[in-house]
Amino acid sequence: MHKEAAIREPLILGHKTYHQITEDVCKPIEDKAPRMWYILFGIALIIGLYGVGCIFYLLGTGIGVWGLNKTVGWAWDITNFVWWVGIGHAGTLISAVLLLFRQKWRMAINRSAEAMTIFAVFMAGLFPLIHMGRLWVGYWTLPLPNHFGSLWVNFNSPLLWDVFAISTYLSVSLVFWYIGLIPDFATIRDRVKKPIPKKMYSILSFGWSGRAKHWNRFELVSLVLAGVATPLVFSVHSIVSFDFATSVIPGWHTTIFPPYFVAGAVFSGFAMVQTLLLVMRKAMKLEAYIHTRHVEYMNIVIMVTGSIVGTAYITELFISWYSGVEYEAYAFFNRAAGPYWWAYWSMMTCNVVSPQLMWFKKLRRSLLFTFIISIVVNIGMWFERYVIIVTSIHRDYLPSSWSMHYPSHIDLGVYVGTIGLFFVFFLLFARFFPVLALNELKTILKSSGESYKNDTAPVHPYFAKNGHSHGHDDHDNTHNH
Amino acid sequence: MAEKVIYAMYDDDDVLKDGAKKLVAKGVKVADVFSPFPIHGIDPIIGVKQTRLGIMAFLYGLTGTALATLGMNYFMIHDWPMNIGGKPNDSYLDNVLAFIPITFEFTVLCAAHGMAITYLLLNKTLPGMPATNPDPRTTDDKFVMELRLSDNNQFSEGELMAMLNDTGVVEVDQKDIH
Repeated sequence: MHKEAAIREPLILGHKTYHQITEDVCKPIEDKAPRMWYILFGIALIIGLYGVGCIFYLLGTGIGVWGLNKTVGWAWDITNFVWWVGIGHAGTLISAVLLLFRQKWRMAINRSAEAMTIFAVFMAGLFPLIHMGRLWVGYWTLPLPNHFGSLWVNFNSPLLWDVFAISTYLSVSLVFWYIGLIPDFATIRDRVKKPIPKKMYSILSFGWSGRAKHWNRFELVSLVLAGVATPLVFSVHSIVSFDFATSVIPGWHTTIFPPYFVAGAVFSGFAMVQTLLLVMRKAMKLEAYIHTRHVEYMNIVIMVTGSIVGTAYITELFISWYSGVEYEAYAFFNRAAGPYWWAYWSMMTCNVVSPQLMWFKKLRRSLLFTFIISIVVNIGMWFERYVIIVTSIHRDYLPSSWSMHYPSHIDLGVYVGTIGLFFVFFLLFARFFPVLALNELKTILKSSGESYKNDTAPVHPYFAKNGHSHGHDDHDNTHNH
Repeated sequence: MAEKVIYAMYDDDDVLKDGAKKLVAKGVKVADVFSPFPIHGIDPIIGVKQTRLGIMAFLYGLTGTALATLGMNYFMIHDWPMNIGGKPNDSYLDNVLAFIPITFEFTVLCAAHGMAITYLLLNKTLPGMPATNPDPRTTDDKFVMELRLSDNNQFSEGELMAMLNDTGVVEVDQKDIH
């Protein structure tokens, strides 16, 4: 067990025991859902179904129902795609990168962040598929032997790199998430009494028994999956940025895109985690596990990645002038002072100014302020993608083809619909799945639990007799203050 | 043939670890341990070897790299070479940079999925498999040590029980397993 300074704030508040952790996490699954859950689920379902209706209308009529035109051939669809993929970054980052760095604070939030990742990537994947207009031929993007003769997809194309990157990211994140869930499903299986849920959780838990050898393998598999998922986090958004960076459009064709997109993705992903967790901890009474310390750490990540994004904006501006390429300089001047100035300055305010407020300890530890900023950041990051995509292409090399983009109600419906569907998935997850990683939380109870930190936990009779303190001889509990 | 098994239950992971150390020092063989979370440090005590799944993951990854390289070489260079933007696909080496993203992704895909499938098969944790933990509380807050009488012929049942009682055990159960 890692030694941890006694003066550090505990990660698990209250005098919890292993059994209480199980009780607290299983309670929302075993109890009847509160009325609020049904109300939220109903609202999310209606919005989601409206989005599905819009998608069916689009598929039946053609993508002409979007507000696209010959000049602006990519707009809300790709904006939404990149936005959702970005949101999907925090989950794997929290799980994988922070696991490799042995960050214990991740354990209270990783499960729900991973779920968020998976649902966000589902939503992201929808957009390129429906942008095809012919959803049913989506499988053409895969390199399958086909009936057209020896015709293969183009492996030189960043759009195909996307297909591989997103599907690998989704499936690896799903495997990582599910492998962690198996022992927790076993806990629920062994607790529930009703036959149908018992059967369901038996199937979901794959017969997990918690043998020492299985835990040995479990830990290694988690570590290796984290090791391979970490470069994935960085590669996926780099590859998404190649969709733009490998083109020759002024405003897109820049080498700064990969790191800038990755930082932006983590920035928006963490913001969405904050939005969801701040509500969830309250609704599911998990304040002892997700508290100010967790929120503060996430806010620090938001502040750092927000600063990287801000630096990237300013670097882009400088390079557009310094490069001496008039098209490049115009693209950036047009962003700030052209017809889409409002989008540009919204982006700057939300993404550059707001995270800087997190330097103040009082603000980054305030839950209400964090909630507001998390929503502001997500709005800002949507604008960032919109600004990059639409303002760069609405002014073509030929002034005769200059145009504006106005979204149609179908654009809006599909976007809002995916938000609804996302919440439908997330609410179902919160209702039927353990939202905290039970088995991982229990491993940190003795090093980061409040009772053990303050040395107020009852000493086990066996150790009292044998003269140990708590019996964990490799764990330092002494106070120096 | 039925075999007698003793299940000793503990309510603290450190007590179990301490107990296992004592028993092993006296020559008792601990067959298995069931716990709700990984007990760090128990593996060397009861003789569980470090898994070699990591090596498997590396081999699956290499397979992914090889398949991606061979596949793209066949598709893009031999079977259907395309002249894209004046950059013809004449040789794999000239185009290798464009093939790196997919090679990387496919390597990760094979390593992760290959290892995960192997892990589930080795554990025999698959959909529909029955749970084999001796007590439902072992997935909540209890820790169980399994001792098989056939592994510990040198001790009588009474001796084993006496040694167990000295380890802070809270409950002892005996079963015949087939």
